[in-house]
Amino acid sequence: MTKKIKLSNLTDMFKGMDVEALEGVTIEGDIELDLSGGGVFDSTLAYSLGHEAAQIAVHLVNISRLLGYPVEQIFAGSMGTESAVQDVSAPTLLNDLLFSKFEVSNAEEWKHTIQEVTLGATSADGGTRKNTITIGGENALPYYFDSPMPHRNYVTMDVFDMPISMAKAVRTHYEDVMNDPAEWAKKNVREFDADMVTIHLISTDPLINDTPPKEAAKVVEDVLQAVDVPIVIGGSGNPEKDPEVLEKAAEVAEGERVLLASASLNLDYARIAEAANTYGHAVLSWTQLEINAQKELNRKLMKQCNVPRENIVMDPTTAALGYGLDYAYTNMERIRLAGLMGDEELSFPMSSGTTNAWGAREAWMTSSPLKQDSDWGPREYRGPIWEIVTGLSLSLAGNDLFMMMHPGSVQVLKEITQTLFGSIENKSIDINNWIGEI
Amino acid sequence: MKLNSPLQAYKYLPGDNCGKCGVPTCMAFASHLIERSLKLTDCTPILEDKHKAKFIELEELLAPEIHEVEIGVGERVVKIGGDDVLYRHKLTFFNQTALAYDVWDTMDEENLVDRVNRIKDFSKFYVGEFLKLDMITVRSVSDEPDKFADTVKKVLEASDLPLVLCSFNPKVLKAGLEVAMDRNPLIYAATRGNWQEVAKLAIEYDVPVTLFAPDDLDLLKSLTKTFTEMGIEKLVLDPGTFPSGKQLKTTFENFLKIRRAGIEGDRDIAFPLMAVPLTAWMMHDDPLSASYWETVLASLFTVRYGDIMLLHSIEPHSLLSELHIRDTIYTDPRKPVTVKPDVYEVGSPTADSPFFVTTNFALTYYTVESDLSSNGIDCYLMAVDTEGIGVEAAVAGGQLTAAKIKKGLEDADFVLKEDTSHNIIILPGLAARLQGDVEDETAAKVMIGPPDSGRIPGWMDEKWPLIK
Ligand code: B12
Ligand code: SF4
Repeated sequence: MTKKIKLSNLTDMFKGMDVEALEGVTIEGDIELDLSGGGVFDSTLAYSLGHEAAQIAVHLVNISRLLGYPVEQIFAGSMGTESAVQDVSAPTLLNDLLFSKFEVSNAEEWKHTIQEVTLGATSADGGTRKNTITIGGENALPYYFDSPMPHRNYVTMDVFDMPISMAKAVRTHYEDVMNDPAEWAKKNVREFDADMVTIHLISTDPLINDTPPKEAAKVVEDVLQAVDVPIVIGGSGNPEKDPEVLEKAAEVAEGERVLLASASLNLDYARIAEAANTYGHAVLSWTQLEINAQKELNRKLMKQCNVPRENIVMDPTTAALGYGLDYAYTNMERIRLAGLMGDEELSFPMSSGTTNAWGAREAWMTSSPLKQDSDWGPREYRGPIWEIVTGLSLSLAGNDLFMMMHPGSVQVLKEITQTLFGSIENKSIDINNWIGEI
Repeated sequence: MKLNSPLQAYKYLPGDNCGKCGVPTCMAFASHLIERSLKLTDCTPILEDKHKAKFIELEELLAPEIHEVEIGVGERVVKIGGDDVLYRHKLTFFNQTALAYDVWDTMDEENLVDRVNRIKDFSKFYVGEFLKLDMITVRSVSDEPDKFADTVKKVLEASDLPLVLCSFNPKVLKAGLEVAMDRNPLIYAATRGNWQEVAKLAIEYDVPVTLFAPDDLDLLKSLTKTFTEMGIEKLVLDPGTFPSGKQLKTTFENFLKIRRAGIEGDRDIAFPLMAVPLTAWMMHDDPLSASYWETVLASLFTVRYGDIMLLHSIEPHSLLSELHIRDTIYTDPRKPVTVKPDVYEVGSPTADSPFFVTTNFALTYYTVESDLSSNGIDCYLMAVDTEGIGVEAAVAGGQLTAAKIKKGLEDADFVLKEDTSHNIIILPGLAARLQGDVEDETAAKVMIGPPDSGRIPGWMDEKWPLIK
């Protein structure tokens, strides 16, 4: 690959640069000197040769620099000294930092505020809760520097009105209270630090126990007695039965400002809205991963059913990590961005059924059913992290309230969301030399 | 990119409408350029000399807002950066976050090789492909150049994954580069203290380099500016990942700020971002808490703008969730999520092989297909046109019905009575309620499979031979 350059070529190249010709000398490659002039290699010639070569070298170096080549390294290498590097001035290497100030602007398009919704009522407001919880009120995406979030995220932990099948990692925490919703609710609040509890009246489903609404309402009363945090009341998901079940539940919870879950397009949402209005509750407006359906339902709740804005929370549906979270995430992010940009049909706080994460087989299966998969490790570790990552990503998309199940997941999700919210102080950690300190 | 509409790009194209780019017209090609679904070089005519000026101009205009940087060589080369938007629904995110797991130079050889192999070999099947880890980080803990070089050498022998060479000591980095220079590793890191020497290395070995300025955006930008001025363009920025408290909140905001500034056109800072969730191990002593918190940080910075990530835990619970959240965020929202409705052969089915029904939702189809094929089950698998809805939701929503199954058979020209010896359809457990209807509609016998296709092998052992 070495290209032979004769001095004569160089001479031509350097014609305009005051370099004198060296006749009869060929420099091949980078070290071979071929003295073809005959005669002896006398010292005078050697000197003049050396002189000329050095001159040419200087020109070559300058040209190399002009071409952006880091000449110094070659010198450093061939001279074998560190100091040589410093000695040669370095046009490609700078000696001082070029100071530059970092600047960024706030997002201009976020001009609107997300609706605030308060759940629960204390004695001052005609309820019996010890505290209330307010969600919404944002002027930016969550945890953005544009505008601080006015309220932190909250977690409402699930309680069912009958024993249900659940992943083993979850079940172990509830085995002792599974037959007693009131005790279950207490455990959630006392031991697991739940901000709220959700009582799911699933036994009312005609295909399960077909529990009459009146009996179901009794469970709601028990839960309200057992805990003093705000609550969510959920039906069974049966579109025929839910309206009457939620209506009765709303009645016995009058004045407590519960969240009724849920009004959806495939059931008699007007009846649920009516119950909320009559007994002073908020409504969860639930649609299935479809931003236009969410607009439509919110519009109907507001315009047709006269639900006040401060009584609407949305559930745009949560799909688990690996099972549609890409839709769920982007659906929420789009909804929140639309709300911030002024779409009044979408500017409500959001709630996520984060528990859905447990439906993913990675969360509950003992091992992978696929031979090609690497070992999945113990499921006790996989499940909680599945619920955390599902919840965390939705919190970044704008979700305010999380319906969750695993106590460990609740703890970690709260820690990260509150850290980003800014309420967790920790001893500061110096990461300047992290590489060797782990 | 600097263009907003196909019309703007169209102006630079040859206008031949020759179709060589794979779409019929220059205008159609222009839309693909804006959507970044075709490359400018797909138009061969514009590469000709006479269009050269336009080509160069257009290429410049089309360049993504965030620089792209390549690490590694050959098949496992990793590309990071290259994004044009702040929200994935606006286009899609390109070049998924590269996940780099660490080894260190104080490990003994056996553990080192074992760990490299575990990183290299980890794989998880998902929707028709395998999710894998991308890179290996070599950390200098000893701070001894020889030791580091030796470790790098062993890692290179054991795997062809791209490397991140980590030390704040330029001598150590140089020793590593001497061994790894042919593999185009990313070096980590230039700091306020060592930047000149590290810049020298970046130039000498022509490798990508990380600039580390913990919670100092002015310094980070100054470093970036200085490096680009010196002609070093392959940059990755680490604004510092503080693992907890207010510091973490600030870290998160720094990521948001840098990416927003970059997308909005501040070229000086528009480089790929590095997150180091590994710092979680500085705050937690017990490995489970540390690995959980590390995965939490990894998820956070996968969602918000981390382009490359240095990680430590290689426990499956960490890897599975990290791979999945990455896939979640980088799935192209423009891609259809269905497979073509049809009767597919899995393995080499014969007339005695079972006939399974599932939906054409890609996630469902590929899950079932891989459960079957990885367990060596030869069979027919019908993807019914449920409009891309999974089994349970499709049964509930009426997209999976007896009539749809019958139509699917007809469309695929599959005649159960002739093409199988048993005339049996096996439905998913979650579609059990369709049993009677399907029997009436197709005149076949219907069996109900398990609710989860992962359980089909066990179900086969129990049920299928009996009736054969
Ligand atoms: C994502 C989701 C949706 C998405 C669907 C997106 C999509 N492309 O499918 C959307 C938001 C659109 C949706 C809508 C609805 N959904 Co939905 N949805 C889910 C969710 C969260 C995950 C479903 C999923 O993707 N699973 C993963 C895939 C891979 O599972 P799969 O297709 O079932 O495949 C598995 C098995 O069936 C089996 N299998 C598959 N094929 C075969 C074949 C054979 C031979 C065998 C043996 C096994 C087998 O193995 C597979 C792997 O495990 C579940 C809750 C949950 N966590 O499970 C609710 C859920 C399925 N939905 C439900 C409902 C009710 C609905 C709606 C009717 C809601 C409504 N009221 O409008 C609508 C219907 C919409 C429609 N069909 O038009 C209910 C179903 C209840 C029921 N049993 O009837 C669920 C369980 C939620 C709940 N608890 O209420 N949903
Ligand atoms: S190849 Fe180029 S010139 Fe031909 S149609 Fe496509 S864009 Fe136009």
